[in-house]
Amino acid sequence: MASPARTILRTESKLFLREPGGLFWVVVFPTLLLVILGSIPSFREHSKDLGGSRVVDLYVPISILLSTIMASIQVMPGILTTYREQRVLRRIATTPARPSQLLFAQYVLHGAAVVAASALVVLVGRIAFDVKLPGSAVSYVLIFVLALLAFLAIGGVITSLSPTAKISTTLGTITFFPMMFTAGLWAPVQTMPHVLRTIVELTPGGAAARGMDQAALGHWPSAHFLLVLVVWAVGMGAIAARYFRWE
Amino acid sequence: MAIIQVRDLRKTYGTKVAVDGIDLDVEFGEILGFLGPNGAGKTTTVECIAGLRRPDSGTVEVAGHDPVAEREVITKLVGVQLQQAGLQAKLTVREALELYASFYDNPRDGLELADRLAIGESLDVRYGKLSGGQQQRVAIALALIGRPRIALLDELSTGLDPRSRRDVWELVEEARNDGTTIILVTHLMEEAQRLCDRLALINGGRVTALDTPDGLVSRSAAPTVMAFSPSRSIDLGPLRTLPGVADVSDRAGRVEVVGTDDSVTAALSWLHAHDITPTRLRVTESTLDDAYLTLTASAPEEN
Repeated sequence: MASPARTILRTESKLFLREPGGLFWVVVFPTLLLVILGSIPSFREHSKDLGGSRVVDLYVPISILLSTIMASIQVMPGILTTYREQRVLRRIATTPARPSQLLFAQYVLHGAAVVAASALVVLVGRIAFDVKLPGSAVSYVLIFVLALLAFLAIGGVITSLSPTAKISTTLGTITFFPMMFTAGLWAPVQTMPHVLRTIVELTPGGAAARGMDQAALGHWPSAHFLLVLVVWAVGMGAIAARYFRWE
Repeated sequence: MAIIQVRDLRKTYGTKVAVDGIDLDVEFGEILGFLGPNGAGKTTTVECIAGLRRPDSGTVEVAGHDPVAEREVITKLVGVQLQQAGLQAKLTVREALELYASFYDNPRDGLELADRLAIGESLDVRYGKLSGGQQQRVAIALALIGRPRIALLDELSTGLDPRSRRDVWELVEEARNDGTTIILVTHLMEEAQRLCDRLALINGGRVTALDTPDGLVSRSAAPTVMAFSPSRSIDLGPLRTLPGVADVSDRAGRVEVVGTDDSVTAALSWLHAHDITPTRLRVTESTLDDAYLTLTASAPEEN
């Protein structure tokens, strides 16, 4: 027999696939960005400034973080606040199913979409632009998972603090740009001036981008970056849980 | 045997007292109606019984359980249709029925419920695209899909056309016949009279009257209405002084005397004595509507 948690997850995945906008930005757009940047010849040349890497190499982790941040900060809080606003959570609360199962399903689905999008980015990078697969796959995945958790937790905070879906969209957009800046969307973290770089490496985007670069080159990422991500994930997760309201 | 017991229930939102000491016993297998003006505390009471709100003080027991503390037991026993509760906008009717059926151990056949409620044609339509009345019927289907022992229906037939209203009433009666105890919040006197075994009049956060529909009508100080067209124009003043008369009005030549059986006799004698013929004379019992208006007249509507 189908348990409530399972049918909820199945139903929510169907609904997830009915949101073409969200799917485009989370799954398609990051790869598209990589393809566009990779098509610029100079971005495929090795650069001394980047420690011998090419710009397109750096944009693989950046595109992965773009997908992560889109899903966690832009898309998911909008869905969850709408569920709260339209009393979907409240309706579920009157049944033997728990509204927390609905939240859980949404986190799982967005997490899964980001994983799929990231695999696509890595694959296209490898095939189209000869980007080497991460030298240290385990640490690459570890950083990726920690970054995903940290950003989902930040999305959770936005969900908790937004009384309406409209406000969550605004908050999401306001948060999106600094997050993407620190992840290196406009200029990879390595190219930033020293002081700025030190600050950026304390943000989840900066720490994740740098950690993934190290892992890509086959190194175990600095404990510093791992710690930054764990602190963000735990801290934001706690705030999200503390201020969450069902209605 | 009371399956729901409410004792001295109180709930305040900020400074607004919503429920101000409600005591209520709902008997096993009955349909109890909640009547009362908007903002009287009906919905808050229902939400406390459903366990969605924690009372400030007082107790609620549903089949011997605390609805807030024992969610797991209560949610299996109680089916709820709330005024303010929605579904995912892109969920189809069929998916909603399947989803909610999966929450219960022994659910009803969702397709049969949909047919009974005349939403069988709309199974593949998304919830957000349904009309208000169709959404309402989906909500009712979802409240009953788990074969609840207790159903809380808040404004059951709001937004329904007369045809679907009757479909819904049949379904509710059938559920009662199968042993479901039902609390029904309503503003429709016809619905209250047809469905409810007892009615609780809620006003200003309290139960101000609790009786059968007929009992409530006869409680009304002026249970009889006499209407006629006088053969010549008359002065209403003397009619007002007759025994038991509560109100006299003249609506475009048609006089209405609201009072008791005695007032009818007295009015007829008075008319006869003044040589006035009451043409098209009708004497009717006052309705639940009239009783409701009399019984709530003392406390004007808040909000």
